Amino acid sequence: MSIEYYLIVAAILFSIGVLGVLTRRNAIIIFLCIELMLNAVNLTFVALSNHVQNLDGQVFVFFVMIVAAAEVAVGLALIVAIFRQKETVYVDEINLMKW
Amino acid sequence: MLEPILFFALAVIAIAAGIGMIVHRNPVYSVLLLIITLFSLAGFYVLLNATFVAAVHMIVYAGAIMVLFLFVIMLLDLREESDRFTLKKFSRVLAFIAAIIFLGEAFLLVDMAISDGGLAIGMGAQTAQVGDTPALGKLLFTKYLLPFEIASVLLLVAIVGAVILAKRELLPKQAG
Repeated sequence: MSIEYYLIVAAILFSIGVLGVLTRRNAIIIFLCIELMLNAVNLTFVALSNHVQNLDGQVFVFFVMIVAAAEVAVGLALIVAIFRQKETVYVDEINLMKW
Repeated sequence: MLEPILFFALAVIAIAAGIGMIVHRNPVYSVLLLIITLFSLAGFYVLLNATFVAAVHMIVYAGAIMVLFLFVIMLLDLREESDRFTLKKFSRVLAFIAAIIFLGEAFLLVDMAISDGGLAIGMGAQTAQVGDTPALGKLLFTKYLLPFEIASVLLLVAIVGAVILAKRELLPKQAG
């Protein structure tokens, strides 16, 4: 399977993630779509690493996964803290800083 | 002969589950559909001869991160959303158009990269079997040792930050 098919699938998954981030109101669903975007980038890295026969792409996938795990931990803790204050997870209702 | 069939099956499953994830109202179903996408992505990694990355991907993403999502959704006791994902609101139409434009840009970039032959850059020294676990480990501990150690510090910081952010109340101030 030539490489452009993998890159196209990764691009489609990334666009689906972008669509989800722009469209949904639930903060946790937005987070899930961000995870989908990160996974699409991971697929791009692994596909290109296979294409140029260089393992550096897979090492970078490691680091992307580590950063994604750390980001999910902190982000979900933030959402829980916000929920305790405002009793909502919908991002259009969290508008205290709106002028 | 098997590889194109497997590739297209995994691609259809991944994209269908992705679209289902952003459309579905119940957040638990969205998490489960993303887990299906992650499974198919692990299948892609195996097809690309990156078996260790596939295993770590399953363990970290589907085994830890998605479970954390489910914990938080059930802790916050989220119900289904009240509005369906239809394209009636103008902002959703705009978001859809933006996503289509972005997809077109991504296709254009892929086409440019393929046709100009610019993808043969940086042929590394490891022309041995790609995805070999000892080779990956050797690379991680020699060339990428500093990012590896910094990643461990990052995880520690994330743990401390998550605990502090999710604490129920701060410690009471000492009198006097």
